[in-house]
Amino acid sequence: MSDPITQAGTPAPRSGDDKPRPGMSERSIGLLGDRKKARLDELSRASASDRGGVSLVRDAVRRLRRNPVAIVGASIVGLFILVAIFAPLIAPHDPVQRFDELTKNLTVDTIPGASGEFPFGSDPLGRDFLSRMIYGARQTLFVGVLATLIGLALGVLIGAIAGAFGGWVDVVLMRLTDVMLALPSLLLAITLVAMASRSSQWTVIFAVAIVNVPIFARLLRGSMLAQRESDHVLAARALGVKQRNIVLRHMLPNSLTAVIVQATLTFAVAILDAAALSFLGLGDPDINRAEWGLMLGVDGQRYFEVRPELAYYPALAIIVVALGFTLLGEAMREAIDPKNRR
Amino acid sequence: MLRVIVRRLLQLVVTLIALSALIFIWLRNLPGGPVEALLGERATPERRALLIKALGYDQPILVQYGKFMQRVVTGDFGNSIRSGDPVTEVLSRAFPATIELAVAAMIIAVGLGVPLGYLAARWRGRSLDNLTIAGTLLGISIPIFFLGYLLKDFFTQNIHWFPPSGRLTTGLDNTDVTGFFVLDGLLTREFDASADALWHLILPAITLATIPLAVIVRITRASVLDVLNEDYVRTAEAKGLRNRTIRGRHILRNALLPVVTTIGLQTGALLSGAVLTEKVYNWGGIGTLITDSISGGRDYPVLQAIILLAALVFVVVNLLVDLSYAFIDPRVRVR
Repeated sequence: MSDPITQAGTPAPRSGDDKPRPGMSERSIGLLGDRKKARLDELSRASASDRGGVSLVRDAVRRLRRNPVAIVGASIVGLFILVAIFAPLIAPHDPVQRFDELTKNLTVDTIPGASGEFPFGSDPLGRDFLSRMIYGARQTLFVGVLATLIGLALGVLIGAIAGAFGGWVDVVLMRLTDVMLALPSLLLAITLVAMASRSSQWTVIFAVAIVNVPIFARLLRGSMLAQRESDHVLAARALGVKQRNIVLRHMLPNSLTAVIVQATLTFAVAILDAAALSFLGLGDPDINRAEWGLMLGVDGQRYFEVRPELAYYPALAIIVVALGFTLLGEAMREAIDPKNRR
Repeated sequence: MLRVIVRRLLQLVVTLIALSALIFIWLRNLPGGPVEALLGERATPERRALLIKALGYDQPILVQYGKFMQRVVTGDFGNSIRSGDPVTEVLSRAFPATIELAVAAMIIAVGLGVPLGYLAARWRGRSLDNLTIAGTLLGISIPIFFLGYLLKDFFTQNIHWFPPSGRLTTGLDNTDVTGFFVLDGLLTREFDASADALWHLILPAITLATIPLAVIVRITRASVLDVLNEDYVRTAEAKGLRNRTIRGRHILRNALLPVVTTIGLQTGALLSGAVLTEKVYNWGGIGTLITDSISGGRDYPVLQAIILLAALVFVVVNLLVDLSYAFIDPRVRVR
């Protein structure tokens, strides 16, 4: 707890009115400037060497490595990403090809199960279910990552503007997020999809992303507002750093850890929401697309009585991956929480 | 206190008006909007122009919105495009079903979640705690419609404990008073109808309860853990108070505030989950209505009303939650 840099995020109590007067900058200090600069250099050197062992991020990483929950979560996430990247190498067949030996056994109430060449059996259209599951990792990652990133980008933009300017900008933007938060998340997503004239993979991604915008915006704004009053921002302002640079270089980086943690947790919610939209018949209409949520929500639901495996496997995959991201996110949140520093 | 309530009510009204304006303008400006929904895509331009004039869509958007709000205030949301019935009538049939389901789910979630979270915190690190944590993680990671199908499959196909779908056994004669079937049976003394409705309610309610249950357990556990380390708990123990008094008055009451907030926030999750649960169990509520309004041609008047209603419920519940702080925590009253 001895390092001043790691505590920069929390507002420190200050005595007296020490707001910087406008127009005061480093240059106006004149001759004194040189001496001050030397002293600042000395200070920064001292704090830089001090930072070595106990920077907030490094400290958090150190604690993460010892946490079994984080290791399990990270392993699941890592494996998932590997399968997604190397899907074409792992999958035994083409995920969209319909095989004659499978289609000839398809009837209204039978879908061929496991056989030598097709260990997971067939899907309702005579395609190799195992290959579709493996390629599904890729599509699921795509939908989840894009939905999270779009939500994060818009949320961070709104939150940063609100937090940086404060005042009426803040009030207007936060009222907007209030309106969005007043709607149940799935209902908002449904509305957004319904408003597009035709649903596609992009409407799903967009709808799931928008739902998360207010969460990111609120999070970032809170963190930025807390920093507006903190010493390191005051110092930067006193040194005459431009407002834009204060926001981008001094405030934003300090808020990002919380945002990244939230993004990890959001990913789990995003793939669950995408699955829910598919289940409601508002998902991607492309029958060739192999995405777990789509497989579970459409075929899994329709053929649950005929062949429940069509629901079980994608559901299991979604549960495990969602669990992995949740575990990793929670462990990260715990690790950066100053209350848990030891 | 009164000033706080008035201010919150004003904020509530502002939020709802903003939301209604957004939705209204959004819906009017979309390709494939209400006119296409009514006439289909291949209508002649003349007929389209006629309908646009009849519906008042040729007027400036602000005038349209003003007229819309005028009617909304008098409780008129227009007519459903699909059935032609007034929207308020359609909603009043579906809304009690969803509320009944959501309330039942909340009772399960709170009734089970608070004690479980409390016990997990008291026996921190023991097997009950670990099991509970694992369960909550699984609870928030499982797609609830999938869980719904699993439960339905097991309890209605393998062992015939519960009926698979609907709100009442068909052919059962019940009197509709409030639309809450369990309550109706009690009011009219048709206890068999009440029991039957309850029997239909249990499985969907359990399904819907999973996510709020998981969240409430986690929050209660964290909150109790915080309070357990407080000085006043040690003081109470040092004074030699009975364990029951310490637990009830000192620990649980202080730990309850974040839990109550969470319960309010979970209303949103409940309404979201209800859409999915209702589809699994064919429960004729708002969830069924909303999916039907979208897949069977976009029924904008109904959608619009549902969205506003859902937002109203969420905002009002959270207002009530905030007000309830004053009763739970005397410190809030002073401020």
